[in-house]
Formats: sequence, structure tokens, C-alpha cells
Amino acid sequence: MPGRISVADVAHVARLARLDLTEEELERYAEQLGAVLDHFADIAGLDLADVPPTAHPLPLTNVFRPDIPVPSLDRDEVLAQAPAVEDGRFRVPRILGEAP
Amino acid sequence: MTGPGGAIAADVRAGRRTARDVLEDHLGRIEGREAEIHAFNRVLADEARSAAGEVDRAVAAGQDPGPLAGVPVALKDNLCTRGIPTTCSSRILDGWLPPYDATVVSQLRRAGAVIVGKTNLDEFAMGSSTENSAFGPTRNPHDLSRVPGGSSGGSAASVAAGFSALALGSDTGGSIRQPAALCGVVGVKPTYGLVSRYGLVAFASSLDQIGPFATTVADAALLLDAISGHDAMDSTSLPGEVPSAAAGLDQGVEGLSIGLISELMNADGMEPDVLARCRQAADALTAAGAKVDEVSVPAVAFGVTAYYLIAPAEASSNLARYDGVRYGLRVPGTDITAMYGATRSAGFGAEVKRRIMLGTYALSAGYYDAYYGKAQRVRTLIVRDFEAAYERFDVLLAPTTPSTAFEIGAKTGDPLAMYLSDVCTIPSNLAGHPAMTVPFGGGDDGLPIGVQVLAPALGETVMFRVAATLERAALGQAGPDRPGETAP
Repeated sequence: MPGRISVADVAHVARLARLDLTEEELERYAEQLGAVLDHFADIAGLDLADVPPTAHPLPLTNVFRPDIPVPSLDRDEVLAQAPAVEDGRFRVPRILGEAP
Repeated sequence: MTGPGGAIAADVRAGRRTARDVLEDHLGRIEGREAEIHAFNRVLADEARSAAGEVDRAVAAGQDPGPLAGVPVALKDNLCTRGIPTTCSSRILDGWLPPYDATVVSQLRRAGAVIVGKTNLDEFAMGSSTENSAFGPTRNPHDLSRVPGGSSGGSAASVAAGFSALALGSDTGGSIRQPAALCGVVGVKPTYGLVSRYGLVAFASSLDQIGPFATTVADAALLLDAISGHDAMDSTSLPGEVPSAAAGLDQGVEGLSIGLISELMNADGMEPDVLARCRQAADALTAAGAKVDEVSVPAVAFGVTAYYLIAPAEASSNLARYDGVRYGLRVPGTDITAMYGATRSAGFGAEVKRRIMLGTYALSAGYYDAYYGKAQRVRTLIVRDFEAAYERFDVLLAPTTPSTAFEIGAKTGDPLAMYLSDVCTIPSNLAGHPAMTVPFGGGDDGLPIGVQVLAPALGETVMFRVAATLERAALGQAGPDRPGETAP
């Protein structure tokens, strides 16, 4: 198993997950996640090299439906749920940085 | 044993009682105790009166409203209801009105059920106590200082308090069975794929399953049979023959082979009174004609670890959709990245953030093989060990929880302690198998104890045979009264 999770690791993971955390939260999560990850050491010693992974409990793969158009959700009803819309589209804050 | 749900449906269909009258009884009980229990995020009194009126008009017109005619049902608030807030007990879905009904909701309406409200849950179904709700905790109707269990604690409390005859919840690692056990009611996690999940807000997609809460095994069968079956809107829905739960009710257990799972009987933190009840249940099944033996299912000992890597990993992906763009909360930011971070930090509670980070970490570069990849291989071991056990046994038996309902606040500061309370329920989710809990007497503290029946995939009929037999045996056990029966 990898070494104990650090505050810097938690900050990195929070950035990946798009969560803004305070210093106090980072420290608390480092301690709590550390304790949980320590418990996970119970599977560290298992020899699993020849055991295939299970991603899903069903034997179903590639479920298709006929390629026939059917009614879908009403656009106006869906857009009415959005925090901001413009011209029939979702409106979001600036995506690209300032031009150099 | 005919439950209140079956009795109501029979009376309403026969015109002996109106759905409206039944509903007012239940709304009266809600009025009496909801303020102290907080089972609901929202009571839908007006909508329910209108639905009950439709049922009564159908009966008056000589039509059959369906097998759940006039039966009050509560819905966990992670099941989508068109035009009615569906919050997942999270701030991040603030103001959201789903544009469609979940398939189970449509099925309930078609069967004549009356939806009385949306029940409280741990935020996004992440928790074992219903304390992780943005709207405050639900309290156990048997003892208001105790948790009702979770994450479907509101649904369990609603049925236990007589607020609704039946309820639906979702079970990812025990979120139906554990609160049902702690509230003294029946709870069923069906086979993965038996009940459509279209319109269930996703937590961990390879594990989530919808299922019933009821006060009796027959009522649970009635509700399960009403929602089982293939749905083209859910690509993980099983095609093919659907097992009947009701078919098992009167068959008894004569000649069945039943295995007591050693690793779960000896799980860390297993209380002696819970263990004693499970052994009494095994004796009762032996007396009823089954052959009961202990069986080792070694890999279930690693269930908690596999689950708390796999479920958070899937959750971290599923919950990426809450980004302030299409629905729910948005906290403004100078650019889109700042908006994402501000929205998600303000919208998610502490446990959801903890699981998202645990999952993101388990999937991140350098850790994937050691954590997520390894957990998926352990999952295979658990499936294999169950398969081996089911070569010798028709069903398996175990406690549902290591203890009776714990005090509110007892585990909120220690996430690992909370996670370990799911030890007995997690293995069935990892394997995709059905499992259910039946109340079987009380503990030293007078609180309810549940015994868990586990079956192989699509083994619902045999599972209900055993559950119905246990229920008949439990009638001879000293146990807590259902609070709904003594409420004003």
C-alpha cells in the first residue's frame, strides 16, 4: 500500500474534484482519510494477480435499442431548471483565460 | 401475514373503505409525530388527496385501480418526481424540479398507490444514520435519541411510525436493510437489475438498487412484485423472467439448506444480543424443517474495504455532474473553474466531499492499481465465495447489523466507525444478489433487531419463503411494538 495521505495529497485531490477546501478542512480530511486508508491495508497482502476484476455484477454487455427516434425531454422545461440560460442554451462564466 | 398495505388495497378495491379515508388516517399520524421524527423532507398532502380521490372515483366507476389501490407509500427523496422537488437531502439540488418521474414512481401510480411524501436520507444516500442530511437528522420512532439508520432512514421511520403503509428506498451498501433493521421493519434489496433505476439519482451505479420497506413480509412482496421487471430506459435492467416474491410466502422452508455465514457472525463489533437473535432465527428455521449449518464465505471479511473503494470511486464520477451549469445551485465565480469549485464546496456536505475525495484518490494516477484495481479483484473473490456457498446452500443467513440503533451523534466524528457498521449488508451489493431483513425480537436495550436472509441472483422466491417463515417464528419472540400501532 502507498504511504499515508498528506495534506498536500488531499489538496491535490480536492483540486482534481473541483472542491475548494479551507486549511482546516484539508487537515481534517487528511486525518480522516488516513484512518480509512489504513483500514484498507487488510487487502494489501492478498495475492490477486490471477484474479480478474469485476466492474459490474451482471453478465450484460453492450445493451442496444433500435435506432428509432422517440420523444425526449422538452427543451424549455429542461432549460427552466438551469441557473442561467441564453438563446436556448446554458450560460456559463468565462471558460478561457485573458488573451496573452 | 397480510400487512396493512395488502389489507388497505383489498378494502379499497372492494369498496369497503375509501382511499381518501385511509389517507386522512395516515396524514393524522404524520401530523401527530412528524415534528419529533422528521421522516419527510416534504409531505405531499395536496397531491396525495388528489391521487386518493382518483382511486376512489375509479372504484366508484367500477374500475380496478390496481394491486396497491389507495395504499399510502413514501418515497426516498432521491427518486425523481415530475414537478416535485427531489433534493437528495443536498443543498446542491436546491430548487430543482425533475422533468420526469422515475420508472418506479410511474409503476406505483399505475398500481393505484398514493404517494404521501418524499423522505429524508443521508445526502446522496451516503451514510448509515440519516445524520448527513442538509435538512437535519431523522429520529428513530422507537427511541428519539437514536438514529433510524441510513441512508434510507426517513423511509424506514415513515413505515415504522405508521406514516405510510409502505415506502421505497435505495440500497447501495445496506441503505434499505440497515435502517429497516434498526426501525423494526422489513426491508428488501432486490437482485441488481430486477427493479428499474431510471429516475433514481445515481450514487454508485454498479451497486445501487431500489427496494421496498414494509411492516410485514407479505407487504414487502406486494410492493416488490409491483416494481419488478425489465425497463428499456435502464440499460442495467435485466431482461427475461421475473421471480415472484409473493409465490414464496406460503411455501415454508421444509427441505431447504440454509447456511449461517461465519465471518459475519464473528464480525468486529458484533453485539452478543444481536448474535443471539440470529442463532434463535436459525433454530426456528431448523424447527420449521430446514437444514441449517455454519458456512465460511471467507472473502466477505474484505467487503468493507472493497466497497469503500468502489462506491466512492463511482460516486466521484457520478457526482461530477453537479457543476452549477444545468440545474440546482450555482455560486458565481470569475471564471468557470472558480464557479465549479465555489458551487460544489457550498452545495455538498462534509460526508459527500469526503467520499468524492476518497474516490478521486482511489482512481488517481499512481494509486489506481493499489486501491480501485485491487478492490475490483476482491469483488471477484466475494462473488466466487458466494457461488461456492450456494452450491451447498439454498439461502444464507446473517445478522443485518452488528448492533441495535446507536445514539444520534455517536459516530459522526469517526467516519471509519460509521463505515464498519455496514459490514453485514455490503457483500450482497458487491455480488449483485438479493438480501432482505426481517425483524426478529429486540435487544437488551429493547430496540429492534433484524435478521438478514441472503439469496443468489434472482432467488427472490426462495428468499421470501425463508423470510415469511422467520416472521411467523418472530411472532413468538418478545420484541418492541411498532410505534405506529400505539401512536394516537
